[in-house]
Amino acid sequence: MQRATLDLWVGLFVVAGIVAVLFLALKVGNLGGYDNGATYVVKASFDNIGGLKPRAPVKSAGVVVGRVADIGFDPKSYEALVTLSLSARYSFPQDSSAAIMTSGLLGEQYIALEAGGDEKMLANGDVLKITQGAVVLENLIGQFLYNKNDSQTEQAAP
Amino acid sequence: MSDNLIEIRDLSFTYGQRLVLKGINLTARRGQVIAIMGNSGCGKTTLLRLIGGAMKPTSGSLKVDGIEMGRIDQDALYQLRRRMGMLFQFGALFTDMSVFDNVAFQLREHTDLPESMIRDLVFMKLNAVGLRGAHDLMPSELSGGMSRRVALARSIALDPMLILYDEPFAGLDPISLGVTGNLIRRLTDTLGMTSIVVTHDVQESLKMVDYVYFVSEGVIEAEGTPAEIKASQLPYVHQFVHGEENGPVPFHYPAPDYAADLGLAA
Amino acid sequence: MMQALIGYIRGIGRRTVDRVWRMGVAARFFLLVLLHSGTSFRRFHLIIREIFTAGVLSLIIILVSGLFVGMVLGLQGYETLQTYGAEESLGVLVSLSLVRELGPVVAALLFASRAGSAITAEIGLMKATEQIAAMEMMAVDPIARVVAPRFWGAVISMPLLAALFSAMGVLGGYLVGVVLIGVDAGSFWSQMQAAVDFKEDIINGVIKSVVFGIAVTIIALFEGYDAPPTAEGVSRATTRTVVTSSLAILGLDFILTAFMFRGV
Repeated sequence: MQRATLDLWVGLFVVAGIVAVLFLALKVGNLGGYDNGATYVVKASFDNIGGLKPRAPVKSAGVVVGRVADIGFDPKSYEALVTLSLSARYSFPQDSSAAIMTSGLLGEQYIALEAGGDEKMLANGDVLKITQGAVVLENLIGQFLYNKNDSQTEQAAP
Repeated sequence: MSDNLIEIRDLSFTYGQRLVLKGINLTARRGQVIAIMGNSGCGKTTLLRLIGGAMKPTSGSLKVDGIEMGRIDQDALYQLRRRMGMLFQFGALFTDMSVFDNVAFQLREHTDLPESMIRDLVFMKLNAVGLRGAHDLMPSELSGGMSRRVALARSIALDPMLILYDEPFAGLDPISLGVTGNLIRRLTDTLGMTSIVVTHDVQESLKMVDYVYFVSEGVIEAEGTPAEIKASQLPYVHQFVHGEENGPVPFHYPAPDYAADLGLAA
Repeated sequence: MMQALIGYIRGIGRRTVDRVWRMGVAARFFLLVLLHSGTSFRRFHLIIREIFTAGVLSLIIILVSGLFVGMVLGLQGYETLQTYGAEESLGVLVSLSLVRELGPVVAALLFASRAGSAITAEIGLMKATEQIAAMEMMAVDPIARVVAPRFWGAVISMPLLAALFSAMGVLGGYLVGVVLIGVDAGSFWSQMQAAVDFKEDIINGVIKSVVFGIAVTIIALFEGYDAPPTAEGVSRATTRTVVTSSLAILGLDFILTAFMFRGV
């Protein structure tokens, strides 16, 4: 085969391959989203993170603004230490609060970030003070049954 | 510069447990065509490979252009091989390249010549073997004799001092046979090369060579000019030259008694 | 009885030693190829030629298989997800299966049988027809001139083919899920984008395909280079290439997956 034809085919092949990678990165993956921008890191402690996993989304008002970068355990306070990496495009007041939520009844868990009213904004390395851990289904059911028993005994008492 | 391009003294070679060559003495002067003959499996191809440096002798001395092949390192061997050509039994042309690219292969690998000069050189070499017109054919489109000639053109691409031929006549029709034989003689003379031809085609090679070595069972059985060989009364040479069925080389592979094998033994 | 047992154990031992020895030879061969790669990069058209034979000629089978695998994933995934009312996650299922596993693995399996076997057969035949020996006699190192360009051509082609396979698969899933069945296009793409991470999933998939490419190619080259120079030897070597490289792909995939996606 002629060298020029060969080069043309190989060129087309390489371009097609790169287009495929770009398609996967931008259309299938999340590279088109926040990830390509700069990020800053904030930390938050939770009494219980439930089934939260690294890379879980951080949402504010339902919009993905960052991801869980790391999950650790603080041996002094016996709490979970979660590192969030937030897109530099969004800034939040310093007294913002974080809560671990579940999308749907059985869906994946994410961190909901609720903006506060402080004038100072969160900076890299700051710690979120107001947090709410995951709601554990077993505790919830236990509580529910306990309350039900309570109200039954109350009704039976008089 | 010594007059002898190849000097072999007391060369032995063992392959595994088998002693293939035992005490070979051979000399090739510059500008000669030497034939190494013998029946199949006598070790003549091994001898050729030793000269080409594909294998190392077990003992003895093998000098090519004054260089001892037993102690040569890889770089020096590759340097030496640039001045050597080898024609393989069936040509061994690169099947994924055209005739032109085959002949140009070494020029492109070993020189920085511009493409126009490579083109001229390739056409000169192809013309020498009479196949300039076939330059854009693929090896699969060539007949056996033609691919042998292309391979010859390829091996003379860098104007070597020595060409080794491994069975250049095998499987050729009488016309191609004569053409190839004449080519070897003519190229050797015009390019001032030395040729070593390993063959078992007695009639064709006796017409063109300067000197003949007969190898049998790993030793040189006889040697001499073609005229001497034809007149030789040695039983082995006589059998070989005249193609007789029985002689020192028996028709039968060593076997137990025939009658015993058939169960007829008393 | 005892004799038979000892003979049997001895057989196992001999085969093990043979295998290990062969692996050692293959590893040395791999190093040799890397060491002699300079020529191919100085004369890049040698590699381009091999990208053509290994990559471009494998395109059709890769694209068609990718499309169909994606379509089947779309169909089957929909059936299962629908039971849980989660058919919007179809995009996630299709894309993650393809990008993480099926893309690299199936593309590599197809590559092994399409390009790997061709490489083995070609080099085996070059050896059988003394072309390799002729090259050596012309003072050209066949590892540098024949083996290394094929190695790099195939190693460059493999990740591109795997990416094309995955991309075609996602399109196939989209065709069946969104166009044919009618899953909402918006949630198909958005859920997919929320779940597929560039670094964790796509880059890891590419790394996998590069590793598979290296494994398949070196097996194919080694089998070809090592094949007995006969018709039977070459045909056996070709079969061995497909079998060995398929097993190598699956084994390596398990190891890589365990390292990459552990705890996720």
